[in-house]
Amino acid sequence: MGKIALKHVTKSFGTTEVIPPLDLDIEDGEFVVFVGPSGCGKSTLLRLIAGLEDVTSGMIEIDGNDATRVPPSKRGLAMVFQSYALYPHMSVRKNIAFPLRMAKVDEAERDRKVEAAAGILNLTDYLERRPGQLSGGQRQRVAIGRAIVREPEAFLFDEPLSNLDAALRVNMRLEISELHQSLATTMIYVTHDQVEAMTMADKIVVLNAGRIAQVGSPLELYRAPQNKFVAGFIGSPKMNFIEGEEARKQGAHTIGVRPEHLALSTDGGTWEGTVGVAEHLGSDTFLHVHIDGVGALTVRTQGEAGLNHGDRAHITPDPERIHRFDGDGLALA
Amino acid sequence: MARAVTNNRKAINTGLAWLIGLLIFFPILWTFLTSFKTEAQAINDPPLFLFFDWTLENYAVVQERSDYLRFLWNSIIIAGGSTLLGIVIAVPAAWSMAFVPSRRTKDVLLWMLSTKMLPAVGVLYPIYLLFIQLGLLDTRIGLTIVLMLINLPIIVWMLYTYFREIPAEILEAARMDGASLREEILYVLTPMAVPGIASTILLNFILAWNEAFWTLNLTAANAAPLTAFIASYSSPEGLFYAKLSAASTMAIAPILILGWFSQKQLVRGLTFGAVK
Repeated sequence: MGKIALKHVTKSFGTTEVIPPLDLDIEDGEFVVFVGPSGCGKSTLLRLIAGLEDVTSGMIEIDGNDATRVPPSKRGLAMVFQSYALYPHMSVRKNIAFPLRMAKVDEAERDRKVEAAAGILNLTDYLERRPGQLSGGQRQRVAIGRAIVREPEAFLFDEPLSNLDAALRVNMRLEISELHQSLATTMIYVTHDQVEAMTMADKIVVLNAGRIAQVGSPLELYRAPQNKFVAGFIGSPKMNFIEGEEARKQGAHTIGVRPEHLALSTDGGTWEGTVGVAEHLGSDTFLHVHIDGVGALTVRTQGEAGLNHGDRAHITPDPERIHRFDGDGLALA
Repeated sequence: MARAVTNNRKAINTGLAWLIGLLIFFPILWTFLTSFKTEAQAINDPPLFLFFDWTLENYAVVQERSDYLRFLWNSIIIAGGSTLLGIVIAVPAAWSMAFVPSRRTKDVLLWMLSTKMLPAVGVLYPIYLLFIQLGLLDTRIGLTIVLMLINLPIIVWMLYTYFREIPAEILEAARMDGASLREEILYVLTPMAVPGIASTILLNFILAWNEAFWTLNLTAANAAPLTAFIASYSSPEGLFYAKLSAASTMAIAPILILGWFSQKQLVRGLTFGAVK
């Protein structure tokens, strides 16, 4: 079981409040991603759950029991750190076995579990090596191995992929998702990368300045962002925001349209403008179009767009996909 | 041309380094040579450098008159004991200052170091009287405690510097892995800090071994270490230069040999953190 509940949790460092009162329920077996820009308090929140930081007020419950004052070693949670935090003086085998050794598991059992974990993570050939002799991806797998052997109530990941190169990151992302499917254990994952959040999460918690901006499934956040912050943060390229006359026509302070919900045409449309930079990805093209009287908009078109710098283009937003926000940045129904 | 200048400069620097090295080492060399002379040769004018009748007589006399091994044993016990005791106290202290610093940590560290700036003789009376009261005068345990206290600030400072180099995340990982505070320090922090701890031990062993103020003032016969052994051969009357030299050579030999073999470790330890 790995049900975690935060009740009115706050955290202050000195007089600075980093987490204002916050409530959150994480169900057993869920893959929850905390996402937000750097400094939004997502790592602090994870460390509060881990017990590495003390809450200033409020309560943390793990499986219905008050764990607020329980030390990290007794919470039954395992954590994977951004820097991997492997023990450099121990072999891979001893690193993975460390939590079991701390739990006074006998040696035969320990070996059996280490071998099993190493099998899952393709580390069998590296068990006698030191962390210093491994690549970044292998180190990350050792850190994950160390977390899975103890069969924790929940896994906590603190930006585990940030130190890996792009190709490896995609691989590890898949491996972690597969691990979640096979173990069905609660996972809480912190990242600043919305692509990781969208691809891995059952539930995304978007944080902004210590507050929860929105909680929901990836597609809920994509389809119905509750505020401008979430609308701008989720999705790549970023949602276009338009203020002024065009927004007032829609009865809003600001309207937002995602680049993929703008139709491009050379004949005619709602708006007209000049093509600026065109980014060709092969499968897609991102066009930055300067609309007369509206401003710059990013348009995403499939395949190779036949437009280049300086060309005139017409753009039409999908009326079903226009997001409307009031002056405080909250979504209008 | 430029290259020639560089080479010349190099030669000058090398020569200078040798000269300074020799200057520093000369007293020890002279003591060593004198220890093999007769008392008459020791004060010969002009001084005799290498061409004299080498004799081991001084060593025989010194060993016969005073029991070298007893002093040596006292030195080992006192220097070793105070160092180990200091380490046991300093590891948790340095841990807390390095990993859970408070607003006062820097002040505490500075205050500890400031105690080293006090002249030792300033507290001689109170310590002496305390020692009499507690029956610690001329005991090995008493000296061990005093030397441990004298060196504790240095031990804490050195360990603090080494511990600061260890990423806090690794200790947090140990905590998440179920390690208690004791296990975290014992199985993770200490093994990672082994080079630092080793050079701290080494330096403090040497400091305690060479410490002369307290060892001379707080001992008589029972607990006297090698410093007292040397001092007993310095006398305002009579010819004792050769014997004094023999005693000094015997006293500094162990630490010199230890220092020689651990040179690399010592230099690494002292510059650790400075160059990164």
